[in-house]
Amino acid sequence: MPKVTSLEDLRRIKEQASDLTSARSKGKVRVIVGMGTCGIAAGAREVMQAVLAELDKRGLKDVSVETTGCIGMCQQEPLLDIIRPGEPRITYGNLSAADVPRIVAEHLVNGNVVEEKVIGRAD
Amino acid sequence: MAVYRAHVLICGGTGCVSSGAREVMSAFKEELAKRKLDREVMVVQTGCHGMCEMGPIVVVYPEGTFYCRVEIGDVAEIVEEHLYKGRIVERLLYSLSGSIEKVPHYKDIPFYSKQERIALHNCGYINPDNIEEYIARDGYQALAKAVKEMSPEDVLQEVKTSGLRGRGGGGFPTGLKWEFCRKAAGTKKYTICNADEGDPGAFMDRSILEGDPHAVIEGMMLGAYAMGADEGYIYCRAEYPLAIKRLNRAIGQAEEYGLLGEHILDTSFSFHLHVKEGAGAFVCGEETALMASIEGERGMPRPRPPFPANRGLWGKPSNINNVETWANVPAIIRNGGAWYAAIGTEKSKGTKVFALTGKVKHTGLVEVPMGISIREIVFELGGGIINDKKFKAVQIGGPSGGCLTEEHLDLPVDYESLTAAGAIMGSGGLVVMDEETCMVDVAKFFLEFTQRESCGKCVPCREGTKQMLLLLEKITAGEGTMEDLTTLEELAHMVKDMSLCGLGQTAPNPVLTTLRYFRHEYEAHIRDRKCPALACTKLITYAIDREKCRKCGLCAKKCPVDCIAGDRQTPYVIDQDRCIKCGSCFEVCPFSAVTKS
Repeated sequence: MPKVTSLEDLRRIKEQASDLTSARSKGKVRVIVGMGTCGIAAGAREVMQAVLAELDKRGLKDVSVETTGCIGMCQQEPLLDIIRPGEPRITYGNLSAADVPRIVAEHLVNGNVVEEKVIGRAD
Repeated sequence: MAVYRAHVLICGGTGCVSSGAREVMSAFKEELAKRKLDREVMVVQTGCHGMCEMGPIVVVYPEGTFYCRVEIGDVAEIVEEHLYKGRIVERLLYSLSGSIEKVPHYKDIPFYSKQERIALHNCGYINPDNIEEYIARDGYQALAKAVKEMSPEDVLQEVKTSGLRGRGGGGFPTGLKWEFCRKAAGTKKYTICNADEGDPGAFMDRSILEGDPHAVIEGMMLGAYAMGADEGYIYCRAEYPLAIKRLNRAIGQAEEYGLLGEHILDTSFSFHLHVKEGAGAFVCGEETALMASIEGERGMPRPRPPFPANRGLWGKPSNINNVETWANVPAIIRNGGAWYAAIGTEKSKGTKVFALTGKVKHTGLVEVPMGISIREIVFELGGGIINDKKFKAVQIGGPSGGCLTEEHLDLPVDYESLTAAGAIMGSGGLVVMDEETCMVDVAKFFLEFTQRESCGKCVPCREGTKQMLLLLEKITAGEGTMEDLTTLEELAHMVKDMSLCGLGQTAPNPVLTTLRYFRHEYEAHIRDRKCPALACTKLITYAIDREKCRKCGLCAKKCPVDCIAGDRQTPYVIDQDRCIKCGSCFEVCPFSAVTKS
C-alpha cells in the first residue's frame, strides 16, 4: 500500500472506495428487475447479470440495482424498470441479456428511452 | 472491482454478537455461496445500530430493509426470498408496538427518525475493520484539510466556535480545554482518550469504538495538531475486548496508509497513538487517576491544580477528552464550527448519545440534538413504558447523576437544565423507572456501586459513602428512624463538598435527588415500615390465597428453600420464617394465588 501523501491521494482512495458503500446509499438512478418465478424462468437472472456486467464495464456508480417480485405481467417477462430522477418510471419487457447494453447506454446514461422495448410507463 | 448489487449489513456490536450475529453472518455467506449469489451480494459486518434489543440486526441495501432478531433459521429464507426473488420477508420486519403494520425501512422507525447521528454517523453503516469504507464516508478528510490548509489556531478556533463541550460528563468547553493545553509551556505534549466507560448501563463509548474507531483516531489527531502534541493514548478498559481489537486494527491500517505516524500527509506533523488497557476501576475514569494508571501507578486521583493541561501524563501538558467528544471533532472540522453550533440549544450545542435502558419499550443507543425533552426520548424514541405502566422517574447520568420525576418530563436535555434539577448529563446513561420501582432501593443500588468503587484515598468518600450505605440498608430493612434521614442528608452534603475527586463529589447525587423528589418514600419506609413500590425484600411478605390456590404445587417445586408446604388436598402455605422473599412463587403461580404485600 503506497502511503497517502496528498489530498489527491485521499480523494482517489475515496473515489475507489465509494464502490464499497455505494450500494448502501440509494443510487440516483434505480434499475429494478422482476425476479418472480416467472421472471427467473424467462431469464431475469441473466438480464440482471448483464446489467451488473454493463455497470462494471462502464464504471457506473450511483446506480442501484434492485429486484422485485412478480407484478402480474408474466407473459412479458423478463421485465426491467428504469427510474431516473424526475422522470417517469419506464418498464421494458420481453428482454434478453443482449438488449441490456443498448438500454444502459441509451436510457440509463443518455436519457433516451428505447421505445421499441417499452411496455409501460408510470409517473 | 466487481459491482455488488446488494449489501447485507450484519451488526457486529457486542449486543448483537452475544445474540448470535456471528453465526448468522457465516450462515449468510454459506447460503449465498450455495445459491451462487456471492459475486453479486456482499456481506458486511458493521458496528452497533443502537437497537440492541432487536438484535441480531440485519439491514439489506439498496432497499435499506431492516430485519430484526434474525436467527440462523431465517437466513435461507432471506436469501431465497429477498436477495434472489426480490420479495421482502415481512415477518422479520420491525413493527410498532401495538400495531400489526410492519415498518420495512430504517428511516421510518421512530427510534431512528428522531435521531440526529453525528458521533454515531458511521456506526452500523460501515465495516469498522476496513479503513477504506471510513474514507469513502469522508473519513480523514478533516485531517487532510487541517494539516494541509489550516493552521493549528484555525482548528482550535473551529472547535471553539462549535461550542462542543465534554461528553464524558463534566461538560467543560472542549475548545477552552484545548487552548489551555496549547498555551502550556513545553514541547512534549499528549492527547488522551478516556475510554474507561464505567457507568452501569452506559455503552455509547464502547459502541463508537467498536463501530467507528477511525473517527476517534482522527479526532485525537486533530486535537494533537491544534495543541502541538505528537503522541496519544487511548485508555480503554480491558472488559471491552472487541473495542480494543478494532482500535488496534484501525491504528495499524491508518499507519499503513501513512495517515498516522511520522510526517503525516507529507507535512511536519507527526503523531503516534497507543492503546492502554485498564483494569476496569471506575475511579480510573477520573483524569488524574487515569493518567496515574497509564504511568503504571495505582489508579488514584490527585488534587488539582495543577491541571493536566499544565502537568499531565509524565508531568507533560496533556489533554483528556472522552470517546464521544473526540468522535465529534472530525465532523466539526469538515463542516465547520458554525454548522455544529446551529444544532442544539444556546449553551449546549450539538448532539448527545444516550443509552436508554430500564422499563422502556425500546432500549438501546440514541443520538439526539441537545434540548430535546425527556418526554420525547422516553415516549417517542423509547416507545413508552413496558406494559404501558405508569412512568415514575428517570435516572440520568449514572451513579453520579440523579433521579428526575414526571414534572421534569418536558425539561430540555442540556447541561444547565439537568444540573439545576439535581441530575447531571454525565456520560449519558438514562434509566427509565416505572411505578414498581422503589426510589430508596435505586439510591441504594447506585451508592453500593460508588461505595465499592471508591479508591479509598480521601476520608469523606471512603468513610462517608460507607456510612451512607449503612443508613440506606437500615432504612430499606424497615429499621430506620427519622434521625437517620437527617444524618443521611448531612453526610451526603459532606461527601459532596469535601471529596477529592469527581467520584466522591457526585456519589451522593442519587441520594440527594431522591430525597428531594421522593422524600415520602423514605418516610414510608421509616414511619409505616412499608415499601410503597413493594420492592424492598425485607419489607414485603408473600402469602398464598387459600381460595385461589388450585393445589398444583408449582410454587413448592420452584421454591429454592423448600419453605412451601401443601398437597393435592390442602392448599399450599408459605413458612414465613424460612421465606427468603425471592418472588419465585409469585412469578410462577398460574392462578395468581400468590400475593405480595
